[in-house]
Amino acid sequence: MSGLLASLLGAISQGLIWSLMVLGVYITFKLLNIADMTTDGSFALGGCICATLMIAGVDPTVAAIAGAAAGGIAGAVTGILHTFFGIPAILAGILTQISLWSINLRIMSDKSNQSVNKIASDITFWVDRLHLTQSQATLVVGLFVVILAISVLYWFFGTELGSALRATGNNEDMIRALGVNTSFAKLLGLIIANVLVGLSGALICQSTKYADVGMGTGAIVIGLASIVIGEVLFGRVRNFALKLNASVIGCIIYFMIRAIVLRLGMKANDMKLLSALIVAMALCIPVLHAKWKASKEYKEIEEDDPVSDGTPMKGEVD
Amino acid sequence: MLKISNVRKTFNKGTVNEKKALRGINLTLNDGDFVTIIGGNGAGKSTLLNMIAGAYPVDSGIIEIDGVNITKMPEYARAKYIGRVFQDPMKGTAADMQIEENMALAFRRGERRRLRWAVTQKEREFYKDSLARLGLGLQSRMTSKVGLLSGGQRQALTLLMATLKRPELLLLDEHTAALDPKTASKVLSLTKEIVEGDHLTALMVTHNMHDAINIGNRLIMMDNGKIIYDVAGDEKKKLTVEDLLKKFEEASGGTFANDRMMLSR
Repeated sequence: MSGLLASLLGAISQGLIWSLMVLGVYITFKLLNIADMTTDGSFALGGCICATLMIAGVDPTVAAIAGAAAGGIAGAVTGILHTFFGIPAILAGILTQISLWSINLRIMSDKSNQSVNKIASDITFWVDRLHLTQSQATLVVGLFVVILAISVLYWFFGTELGSALRATGNNEDMIRALGVNTSFAKLLGLIIANVLVGLSGALICQSTKYADVGMGTGAIVIGLASIVIGEVLFGRVRNFALKLNASVIGCIIYFMIRAIVLRLGMKANDMKLLSALIVAMALCIPVLHAKWKASKEYKEIEEDDPVSDGTPMKGEVD
Repeated sequence: MLKISNVRKTFNKGTVNEKKALRGINLTLNDGDFVTIIGGNGAGKSTLLNMIAGAYPVDSGIIEIDGVNITKMPEYARAKYIGRVFQDPMKGTAADMQIEENMALAFRRGERRRLRWAVTQKEREFYKDSLARLGLGLQSRMTSKVGLLSGGQRQALTLLMATLKRPELLLLDEHTAALDPKTASKVLSLTKEIVEGDHLTALMVTHNMHDAINIGNRLIMMDNGKIIYDVAGDEKKKLTVEDLLKKFEEASGGTFANDRMMLSR
């Protein structure tokens, strides 16, 4: 039992750090309407940069910030390919992602993984200071960074610039007609999102004490699955900050489910299949529901249809 | 105000689908001109408005607003001069955002977006008063998502948003065509009220010849990418639908074979 509790605590702390990546996916997928494939690559990029810099003796906080900044640059590359050169967003992201695989290997001097086991990190700082376990310290750092990230995002998306960005994802024609350079808005959104993803990768590296070129594989699917779980649980919330919170909680629950099914004997390798199924199901159910509803509402003869004389406009709701 | 000199546009050049949409348009609008544009399908009415707005580049010619050459200016940069209402009521507003957020986006048309709050308390009062002007009761639903409004309400809101910050030029592209007749006439009377009340310069494409005659101070008829008739002032006031049909036959040398226009007599 205590083993389960310990693994759940580990799951929650991992989920918190991963949720930074989920916030990035939320920005691209939910706000900009782009499935950003850069995510997998920029997550690993953040981790690899952080590990390499820490080994080189750089301060762990600086290393994490560098990982975040590198993620932002990766996002900018995707953004420029997409907006300036008109490459479809998915393909632009795939191109960046695949090139990052080679770049990450170069960053780590051709090693596919790199341990930072004996090096002081932002996590071990709290382990030493407060006599915590690695999981507990990850929880402390994760909580702090996630609260900070949500606060900044809430503020940003409430500003003129942030709301122009939201409008770009919502109705591009409209906001362009109102004078917003939508290419710039998308580029900015991709940069912000991948800064979060890179930061997430860097902190995961500090928490798990290693970086691996494959650490980001399937990250976007985890992100989407977390958003889906958050929406299922908190579908009714309207406030933007609460929506961000829902995604964070979705991510934590994702990692808790993962810990439980792994303890129940599922192979770790099957986890990606499970994540993909969660996302596919969440995308399929609304389509099936609409089809079912349409066929159920069909009647051969509509009884007694009163002739409409045009709907009154005053106070009407669609 | 608006000066269009010899503007041409051909779509799908060099293919079997080549379409000369605009064949040398010359048009000068004076301050306060409210111009209605009529013409059959494919006459180039919407293309003309899209060229002015910058949705696609022109092949040749010059477009100026207030003496500024905007021919090569990107669409978003021209927005500082131009307010637009589209035919599709869904196109002019952001469905997932609140009414007041939409208005705040429109109130900053053509301005640089900064890191200041998108909607301020002071503006809210102004938005509320402006919404009350529509007479649709929307002023009590400022934080509702626009997606909850009907097509007519959204189109009225789009019209208000396009004029919230005074545009040098207002472009209305069949903005009542997708609405039911009653709603359409309500939106049209709002259009008249706003354009005439604020002395705006406007171009309005319509398929309804009665509206084209009764609204505005100038009427333009287009056919096959050209302006074939341009009438203003008293001469326009005396026009009848029959006159327009005759003019069209004279100028184009054919019959007015457009069901939509015939039906809207």
